[in-house]
Amino acid sequence: MKQKVVIIGAGHGGIQAASSLCEEGFEGEIVLISDEKEMPYQKPPLSKGFLQGKQTEDAILFRSVNFYQNNNISLRLGTRVRKIEPNNYQIELENGTFIPYNFLIIATGTSNRKLAIDGKIVENIYYLRSLVDAKNIEQKLSESQNIVVIGGGFIGLELAALATEKGKNVTVIEAQSRLMERVLPAIVSNVFCETHQKNGVRILLQTAIEHISDKEVILKKGESIKADLILAGIGVIPEISLASEAGITCENGVLVNEYQQTNYPNIYAIGDCANHFNAFANKNLRLESVQNAVDQAKVAVNHILGKPQTYYMVPWFWTNQYQLKLQMAGINTDYDQTVIRGDIDIHKFSVFYYKNHQLIAVDSLNRPADHLAARKLIQNGISPTFEQVADLTLKLG
Amino acid sequence: MPQITYIENNGTEHQVELPLGATLMEGAVQNDIKGIVAECGGSCMCATCHVYIDEQFLDLLPEMEEEEDEMLDGATAERRDNSRLGCQVRVSKQLDGIIVRIPEKQ
Repeated sequence: MKQKVVIIGAGHGGIQAASSLCEEGFEGEIVLISDEKEMPYQKPPLSKGFLQGKQTEDAILFRSVNFYQNNNISLRLGTRVRKIEPNNYQIELENGTFIPYNFLIIATGTSNRKLAIDGKIVENIYYLRSLVDAKNIEQKLSESQNIVVIGGGFIGLELAALATEKGKNVTVIEAQSRLMERVLPAIVSNVFCETHQKNGVRILLQTAIEHISDKEVILKKGESIKADLILAGIGVIPEISLASEAGITCENGVLVNEYQQTNYPNIYAIGDCANHFNAFANKNLRLESVQNAVDQAKVAVNHILGKPQTYYMVPWFWTNQYQLKLQMAGINTDYDQTVIRGDIDIHKFSVFYYKNHQLIAVDSLNRPADHLAARKLIQNGISPTFEQVADLTLKLG
Repeated sequence: MPQITYIENNGTEHQVELPLGATLMEGAVQNDIKGIVAECGGSCMCATCHVYIDEQFLDLLPEMEEEEDEMLDGATAERRDNSRLGCQVRVSKQLDGIIVRIPEKQ
């Protein structure tokens, strides 16, 4: 009998899982379920090229319509799953239909954390996750002059950059003492802060919000800021309700082993929603990145096809703001030493992070060659000396 | 619409028509041409849409920016004189008939 793989979620993970199954010669049935109505598209460009007007809706599609037909992928758009029945090897859709599976891949991603003040969710705030969100923001941006962005993380800052480039008055409100503080050292986040300020963005750090009304944001310090549009990027929550209600073990995401299997061996979880042991961080975590979704999809598929290989890929991420292109390789926590390669003043440098003389991560600002080299070095466990890193005449990797 | 011929590393040829302004990377990925990974979706971040361009069209391509140049140095397959990143080359009328070869790996 033909085997059937059901994939819930059509982001980078879900699409890669379907593609990999086809490429690796899987001859069974593939069902790919998305709760969105649009043909599957890539999310990272939404806060960059798409809202900048540089990439069209068609340009960010993963694949053409023909791809799904030619590869016998049954694509179910605008379809929500009501529940997973692990013991019956089937899922139930919201319309009451049951779909049986031999293998299930959960690639449900994350949803946006909503802003709450004094325990109450604040209304009239725009968040960016889907194409629908992006179109709403696009419309609202065109009618607005004063924009407040809550949260100085990647998404908030990418939105702030593109809004100010459209000539808007932009204020960014961040609770921490630096931008992107959770993931970047001061030396890098200060460059971003200065660049935003140079482009006219008002950056308010260590700033708490007292109240938000229809057209203004009132700070704890007392100041009131006019806001025709309030955007927030204040973190995400893994989409685990389907899994946890089905008795699949969840713990900051769906818990998976090195083959992406959950506590049910024929149910896998991949991408942003999967809590896995990451060898490059040396701990369990969830990663919100294209790389992680794509590579975990391949691991799950290989396991399904009986060619198991464990997940072992250097994490990498990127952000684009103005002319600043930041590429991050590895996980830069718990380091004990850093070495700079390049020139900080002209915004072309990389920070190499070491722990016990082992290279664990590299953040590259406008140094793409360093980034590519760093991924190879970290993947292969090679640590150049500090002198080698600082020597610009030397090619790394 | 300009016609583009992609040749996969195993010799498989695909002729596709691409709208003006689409990139060679988008054309390849959306038409299921094997060997273009394009993990970053066209942001010139990953160097996994490396292609070899038909020599006679090389001069008609947009000039290479510094970042593309640097990324190509780090590409997995051998960099050649006719190497480009597919995400940085947009289809124009002049490129009608261009042949794009896909390297062995990305």
